[in-house]
Amino acid sequence: MSTNSTNSSTPALDFGQKWKLDAAPETTPVQIADEYGLFINGDFRAALSGQTMVTINPATEEALAQFAVAGLADVDAAVAAARKALPAWQQLPAVERGKYLYRLARRLQERAREFAILETMDGGKPIKESRDVDIPEAAKHFFYHAGWADKLDYAFPNRQVEPVGVCAQIIPWNFPLLMAAWKIAPALACGNTVVLKPAETTPLTALRLAEVLQEIKLPAGVVNIVTGGGETGAALANHPDVNKVAFTGSTEVGKTLAAAAAGTGKKLTLELGGKSPHIIMEDACLDQAIEGVIQGIYFNQGHVCCAGSRLLVQESILAEVMQRLELRMKTLRVGNPLDKNTDVGAINSAAQLQIIQDYIRVGQEEGAELCTPTQGELPEVGFWQAPCFFKGVQPVHTIAREEIFGPVLSVLSFRTPEEALQRANQSPYGLAAGIWTDKGSKMFSLASRIKAGVVWCNSYNRFDAASPFGGFKQSGFGREGGRHGLRAYLNLKS
Amino acid sequence: MSSSERLPILKTFKLFINGAFPRTESGRTMIVNAADGAAIAHLCLASRKDLRNAVAAARTAQSGWQKRSAYNKGQVLYRMAEMLEGKSAEFLGAGCEPIEITEAIDRLVAFAGWADKYPQILGCANPVAGPFHNFTIPEATGVVGVIAPDELPLLGLISLIAPVLCAGNSVVALGSSAQPLPTALFAEVCATSDVPAGVVNLLTGQVYALIAHFASPRDVDAIHAGGCNTEDTRTLDMGAAENLKRVTVRDLVADQWYQRRDCHSPYWIESFVEMKTLWHPLAT
Repeated sequence: MSTNSTNSSTPALDFGQKWKLDAAPETTPVQIADEYGLFINGDFRAALSGQTMVTINPATEEALAQFAVAGLADVDAAVAAARKALPAWQQLPAVERGKYLYRLARRLQERAREFAILETMDGGKPIKESRDVDIPEAAKHFFYHAGWADKLDYAFPNRQVEPVGVCAQIIPWNFPLLMAAWKIAPALACGNTVVLKPAETTPLTALRLAEVLQEIKLPAGVVNIVTGGGETGAALANHPDVNKVAFTGSTEVGKTLAAAAAGTGKKLTLELGGKSPHIIMEDACLDQAIEGVIQGIYFNQGHVCCAGSRLLVQESILAEVMQRLELRMKTLRVGNPLDKNTDVGAINSAAQLQIIQDYIRVGQEEGAELCTPTQGELPEVGFWQAPCFFKGVQPVHTIAREEIFGPVLSVLSFRTPEEALQRANQSPYGLAAGIWTDKGSKMFSLASRIKAGVVWCNSYNRFDAASPFGGFKQSGFGREGGRHGLRAYLNLKS
Repeated sequence: MSSSERLPILKTFKLFINGAFPRTESGRTMIVNAADGAAIAHLCLASRKDLRNAVAAARTAQSGWQKRSAYNKGQVLYRMAEMLEGKSAEFLGAGCEPIEITEAIDRLVAFAGWADKYPQILGCANPVAGPFHNFTIPEATGVVGVIAPDELPLLGLISLIAPVLCAGNSVVALGSSAQPLPTALFAEVCATSDVPAGVVNLLTGQVYALIAHFASPRDVDAIHAGGCNTEDTRTLDMGAAENLKRVTVRDLVADQWYQRRDCHSPYWIESFVEMKTLWHPLAT
């Protein structure tokens, strides 16, 4: 790649009138009930707390459904159901346990379209992502772990394994069904029972998953789903009869959970925040790297814990990368998440939009230059943030240090691989990293020294049920997926 | 001239920090008595500041140790076993039972052997559904604080240190509070074993005075402890709430420290490594 062809060599794309594509919204009807109860011991029931919340479509601000808020007594009932179901589930022949998970995977694949639409309506993510990533990966997670159920004796050589017991699982709103799958699949394969709490802005696909659990005749109480906000989550994590707490969410809440679990003997896995470095070396293939950057930060509106939110570009190609990034962003379509052409959907909630806008304001106040190249008007209703990036970001800037969890990229530069490494590791987080270079030795030299649990070489934001995911440092501990993910749901006996 | 008049030269025991033997900055000592009540040694009573100095040394030394080849780390651990074997008589004199000493030596040998094998047991290649090489490799967690149990002052200490070192971490260890002399002697083993300065730092002192200071600092990445009561465990667990320290407390007592099936296993290394998963595209 020539490095001196920085300007004018890359022609701007001119689509003329051809750019006005017809809207192509997904039209398959999806039934949504007016009201959802808690899923406890195999049945839906109203909350003893008597409280409810409403979940809305963040793209339209329309109410989708009312759902129950689990109070202490409800959480108690769910944990009791999970405890009661544990012995029979544990004693079930492992092959049979696996078959339930296989069935679940298959049923999810059959109902994939419905789940994709529901996910997009409840959370605001583009249908092409829920259709091509969230739902198929969730199904794959169940299918992958189904096969582990009767093979656990081979997972940890020279050790006998036993289930941990009742697992409290608290998941975020960015990948609602996929996170439910990440949590439930390994827990069940290992012979545990579960109480899952979905996020308050995105409860619908988890509740629909509960319907599928009824369909496949999963024994009552093996999976219980309690909806609600932070208080419900705290009640669940602090419940004395829970053996394990698995949490995906912010580092701040993760630390609170760690403090609450201190001295209790509860097993804890935490998948927390990140400010992942995405490094482009001067010898990288820039066409691919730019696609990687787009995928890294604008996928799912940047609501991704491992988002490549710190772009580190070698100084010699900085101008060219900025120009190419700007051009590429002009073709990003922001809007109706149910439209198959949409690249960037709605921000998940008004509260998250406020956080993102505050960070953008701080970024400008601290002296970085905001660039918002995307074209077209944002819809009038709903929660929207045009994808953007900041030039001239210094390592001390707030937007270079703190997780924004939105479609906002901070661009920094470096001169030498050593400086790239130093900047990459200059964070309390250590979840993921991306590296673009055509030179293998440079790639692995950096990859082996970056403190991150996932390193994408010449790629970004790839996930797989067979591939362990999780962080170094303050991005948490424990892995999800692959053989390593099982470790969090098993006790090893000599 | 009668030989009985010769005054023996007594050893002054100090801390072991960054490959050197400094006195405690606190200026305080504790007395170790023989069975007949006679003072046989004065040991340093390490302070919070000594701990801080040790953590700083361990941080500086860690990346270099991690970069050493697995073969080299194995040889350094084996060298520790060699030096300990040669010093057996001194540990006998410090009150260790012979079997405790030989088991401690064998434990070092066990982990010397693991150094270039555990990554093959704990890591793996992952069959992802796409054109990628995908593999998971263990990497050192960083600086590990070790709190040794009161009982079995040599074996307990080495059992907690060896798996941590084996994985490329550096160590700041507080030896047995009740029987600190073997810890001070073990410092001499480390000093003569090709362990790079700062990779192993050894403190003598009181666990009650220092435990909270092991849990709280953000520059300690993990804790490996034994002999803890419920309150100690809670104190250490709270370290996770500080900076997500990885806290592992072994609840072994007495003879359980002799169980090789547990104490020689790579699962003791597992707690002090971070799993890194690499994705690399295949040419398509």
